[in-house]
Amino acid sequence: MTRLVLVLGAFGLLVLLLAIGLSLDPREVPSPLINKPAPAFELPQLDQPAEKLSPEALRGKVWLLNVWASWCVSCRDEHPLLVQLSRTKAVPIYGLNYKDSRDDALAWLKQFGNPYVASAVDADGRIGIDYGVYGVPETYVIDRNGVIRYKQIGPVTRETIEQKILPLVKKLEQ
Amino acid sequence: MRLVLFALWLVAAPGFAQEARPLAEDEAAEQRLVAIAEELRCLVCQNESLAASPADLAKDLRRQIREQIKQGQSNDEILQYMTSRYGDFVRYRPPFKATTLLLWLGPFVLLVAAAGGLGWYVRQRRARIQPAALSPEDEARVAALLAGDPPRGADEKRA
Repeated sequence: MTRLVLVLGAFGLLVLLLAIGLSLDPREVPSPLINKPAPAFELPQLDQPAEKLSPEALRGKVWLLNVWASWCVSCRDEHPLLVQLSRTKAVPIYGLNYKDSRDDALAWLKQFGNPYVASAVDADGRIGIDYGVYGVPETYVIDRNGVIRYKQIGPVTRETIEQKILPLVKKLEQ
Repeated sequence: MRLVLFALWLVAAPGFAQEARPLAEDEAAEQRLVAIAEELRCLVCQNESLAASPADLAKDLRRQIREQIKQGQSNDEILQYMTSRYGDFVRYRPPFKATTLLLWLGPFVLLVAAAGGLGWYVRQRRARIQPAALSPEDEARVAALLAGDPPRGADEKRA
């Protein structure tokens, strides 16, 4: 009898461990960039390539950096949410147009709406590497001192916006 | 006719083959690149190394490593560059520190625990299993056999 209990107990423990393992998302790699200064860049803007965009110029405000591309399928999922968020004017959203062609990117924004104050063009993906991007879309919350405070890998959802991003922005703005 | 053509083609085909081009201008740098890339995980495929992955990001990161080699950076510096962006997870052999303690020591902890459990089980099993006790008659037979006398009971039966 005790033996049966022991065996069943061990089996139950194994099942529990495997269940926890299955519920974890291996794609969610903790970013070493949290609480580190946002890597500097100075890139041409998508709609007016003569103008530059750099995080340095955004010192003093809390902002979102959203890495996107017209070839990125899950960017389409989150895009309506970003457009909606930009309408509330809760936080300025800047884009990093990652490894895209300018024409495709502009057409994409025309078709789906443009939530970005401006988008920086990272044509060869070098700045993406500095930001540790590996699964577009990714979204960063950057504070007034230019420090990365949050990173979302993959599309944002209504829950992440309402429960994580907006409360954090509010806290950082205080 | 067809056969003749085929035979001709067989003879001529090697003529079109080209010498294999060298993979890179600098073979030593390329070997270093592969050695470093094999230490790194491709974050897109996760189960493939940066050296083996065909993903776009892996290509970009290999380009980055190639440039850093050309700039004369050491392997450690390049690994540091990758970890500072993608975390310890990119390394197949992450450094030994507080957050990776369980990863490095976990298997040994399990091994020691398993060995301890096995030892405990064997000891308590030994205590539980008593040698079977003999009846007085059997004891007498054993004593007789050991003394060299044929047991009486057996003789009687045989007779």
